[in-house]
Amino acid sequence: MDAYVFLKVLWWLLLGVLLMGLAIMVGMDMGVGALMRFVGKTDGERREALNIVGPHWDGNQVWFILGGGAIFAAFPSLYATSFSVFYIVMILLLFSMIMRPVAFEYRSKVPTEKWRNTWDWVFLISGALPMIIYGAAIGNILEGVGFHFGWDGQYYQTESFIWYLLNPFAILCGVLALTMAIYQGSAMLMIRGVDPIYSRAKKIGSVAGVLSAILFVVGGIWISAKTGYVLHDADPSMPANISAAQNVTREAGAWLNNYHSAPILWIVPLIGILAMLAGSFAMRAQKAGLAWWLGAISWISILGTVGISMFPFLMPSSDNPAQSITVWNGTGSQYNLIWMTIFTAIFVPTILAYTTWCFNVMRGKVKAPAASDDHAY
Amino acid sequence: MDMLINPTVVELSRLQFALTALYHFLFVPLTLGLTFILATMETVYVVTGKQIYKEMTQFWGKLFAINFALGVATGLTMEFEFGTNWSMYSHFVGDIFGTPLAIEGLMAFFMESTFVGVMFFGWDRMSPKAHLVVTYLVALGSNLSALWILIANGFMQDPRGGTFDPNTMRMQFTSFVGLIFNPDAQAKFVHTSIAGFVTGSMFVMAVSAYYLLTKKRRDIALRSFRLAAIFGVISTVGVITLGDALGYIDAHAQPTKLAAMEAIWETNPHTVSASWNLIAFPSRTEQKNVFEIGIPYVLTPLLTHSEDTVIPGIKNLEQDAKPHIENGIKAMIALKAYNADHNDTAALATFKQYEKDMGYGFLAKEFAPDQDLAKVNASNLPSVLDKTAKATIPNVWVEFWAFRLMVAAGFFMLVLFAFAAYYSLKNEIEKHPLFLKIALWSVPLPWIACEFGWITAENGRQPWTVYGWLPTFVSASSHSVSYMIFSLIGFVLLYSTFIAAELYLMFKYARLGPQESHHHGEEPAAGGGMAGKPAFAKSSMNRS
Repeated sequence: MDAYVFLKVLWWLLLGVLLMGLAIMVGMDMGVGALMRFVGKTDGERREALNIVGPHWDGNQVWFILGGGAIFAAFPSLYATSFSVFYIVMILLLFSMIMRPVAFEYRSKVPTEKWRNTWDWVFLISGALPMIIYGAAIGNILEGVGFHFGWDGQYYQTESFIWYLLNPFAILCGVLALTMAIYQGSAMLMIRGVDPIYSRAKKIGSVAGVLSAILFVVGGIWISAKTGYVLHDADPSMPANISAAQNVTREAGAWLNNYHSAPILWIVPLIGILAMLAGSFAMRAQKAGLAWWLGAISWISILGTVGISMFPFLMPSSDNPAQSITVWNGTGSQYNLIWMTIFTAIFVPTILAYTTWCFNVMRGKVKAPAASDDHAY
Repeated sequence: MDMLINPTVVELSRLQFALTALYHFLFVPLTLGLTFILATMETVYVVTGKQIYKEMTQFWGKLFAINFALGVATGLTMEFEFGTNWSMYSHFVGDIFGTPLAIEGLMAFFMESTFVGVMFFGWDRMSPKAHLVVTYLVALGSNLSALWILIANGFMQDPRGGTFDPNTMRMQFTSFVGLIFNPDAQAKFVHTSIAGFVTGSMFVMAVSAYYLLTKKRRDIALRSFRLAAIFGVISTVGVITLGDALGYIDAHAQPTKLAAMEAIWETNPHTVSASWNLIAFPSRTEQKNVFEIGIPYVLTPLLTHSEDTVIPGIKNLEQDAKPHIENGIKAMIALKAYNADHNDTAALATFKQYEKDMGYGFLAKEFAPDQDLAKVNASNLPSVLDKTAKATIPNVWVEFWAFRLMVAAGFFMLVLFAFAAYYSLKNEIEKHPLFLKIALWSVPLPWIACEFGWITAENGRQPWTVYGWLPTFVSASSHSVSYMIFSLIGFVLLYSTFIAAELYLMFKYARLGPQESHHHGEEPAAGGGMAGKPAFAKSSMNRS
């Protein structure tokens, strides 16, 4: 295998790792935000819930920003196209993502009920909406997206955003992402929270785990009947030119082709289903830490399942399948990928090291902060 | 297929980007500067063990937090907008431009954001020395973040480190060293991060002046005032020096920006006596300044650091552009032919010959008959060249005045900081209430300077997103006007709410001032903390 192809596949894997890290860590914070009004009845309880993710939400959100930057650099055409095609949805996602940090910083700085209650609604919306959009976007990509390119690389789009938000399969994927976030958020609330938050989170989280498993299975059955995309005569070492035509056909059930050709891969979705169900039991058995890790495994398997189904597609075009964005035509240049790999190899371990240190420093059960506490949300 | 994007959508996309960038840039400079001021205060605390410096760090840290949140939140918008609104740009240069953005996330932003939580919450969980290291890492992270962002921006101003590849139809990364050692990026990074120090100094000095005027926590106010004044003198000198260096670099890399900045329409061959315009009213239609006041003998040495370098005027730059435009048209026609048939080696050879001017071909598209370069012929060529050449010049009026406002604010602050440092070191600052009032009311100045600095840099880059390679109107995404109106209204509503909330909190906490240390813990409602209503305080106190 030549070096460029190796780098393309490597970055496809790293893209997956990033999306997984994002889903697990940011999803957890968003789950807590969405749940705050339900696990916390009094202001003190809600502050307790917030401070459980308080020291880390910012670092976690950086995964999201890092993800954006990495896609921009390693998959420039994917970044350019996906953000524009889903314009309205992306803008709504962005609004949610920028409301959240402000809500964290400002909510507890003014003691009136009206002020805090308003920000609590912001937490609910900015936690739930991005997760629905995250899931729905993946659902839409599985269905194929309406875009094509001119000879000079200019992109054109054909479908409306209403469809992207409201088509049934996308809604299913969106709800799955939300239930997974709620599950992961509940696990964190149990790890660091005390009663009554602990028991409320336990109740909600264990239901969310089972629901996720059901939605995942339904999605899997649904996708087997849907039209997928097949790339013929692939040339993995091709120059990354999105406007050049590839030989792509649309076939019913094609998203299962990779599983048919390597049945061992079925183990990936299977692990996910088991992890979601086991996680639900772990919560009921009050094994919060175990439940958190099972949730992380579930996310890895869900996104792994999607990635395997679509490989080598990144974003199929329903408009002009020949111009679908794939791992072979959608990456940066070889030179760029080399530099990106060097920086990732140096800094991701560094990040993991200091993030672990910070988690250790701030670990322990969180209680509702005293009203005069200057160093809490 | 070759249709241009609706000009209204391009203008709305530019407006949205400018508004969101200027808004983001309200928070960035203070973050950049205040982190180092906090680190300095904490260093004094760790070295001397004096409790008051810990109090100072924590108090200014609280104001820092209010500002930091919006900086992070609005920074996200910038990263989104390249994709959502500048699709062609992102596709065309993402291979080069995306990389510094990704490295910024990996190396800087992650560090800053992870440690900032520990900086706020970890005071009691580690030794003072360890906490000091954390504070320095936040300061280092935010400034490294600025470095990588400005390396990316430097590529837009003076594209180095990559070139166009006809086989991928985009610019590709070829030299990491070329990208990061871009002189524009280097000078602009130092200029911008020091501008942040100026902003931080001004902020701390003005708020401290308020406490001195209202006799609040004299101990903290005096110390903070002195630190800020000294920081301010040093950094204002630095920012002016680097600004001068940046102008010098622009003279080579972006002559159109420089000519517009100084409103020079005609090339003056008498380099020694050429005058520098202090005030000018430039008119685009008449191609001259309808009114100007100049200072002779200043222009050439100021801009070129020499006595005999000729500074080309706008009219000459337009003439100079014409051969590039003609070559650019040839390059684009050949590129299209090569794209249709990759075996057409003749087309490829023609393209390679004129490759460096392809951006001017893009630019000419707007003025070609039916926006089709293939329809440019001998009879309509002169008119296409004329119009395209005029389009290579940025808006002179905006450029000239934005630059002057920035410079005026900078020099005013230098004088202010110098007096402040002098009075403060002589221990007589409290004898000058009028000066303290001036210092307080000067607080918007660094923001004015920063915002107009951004306008100078980015308006002066027009009509290009990537200077000489990709025009702005080609870079945008082809959305509908209604999409743009939706997002613009959303941004205006959201951002107005945010700024109202931030100013409310900033004023509230700045007015409250630092807590009286002797009463700490006993009387929380009187201090600057998150004082709650008694009823609420009681219920949550019981829980803990």
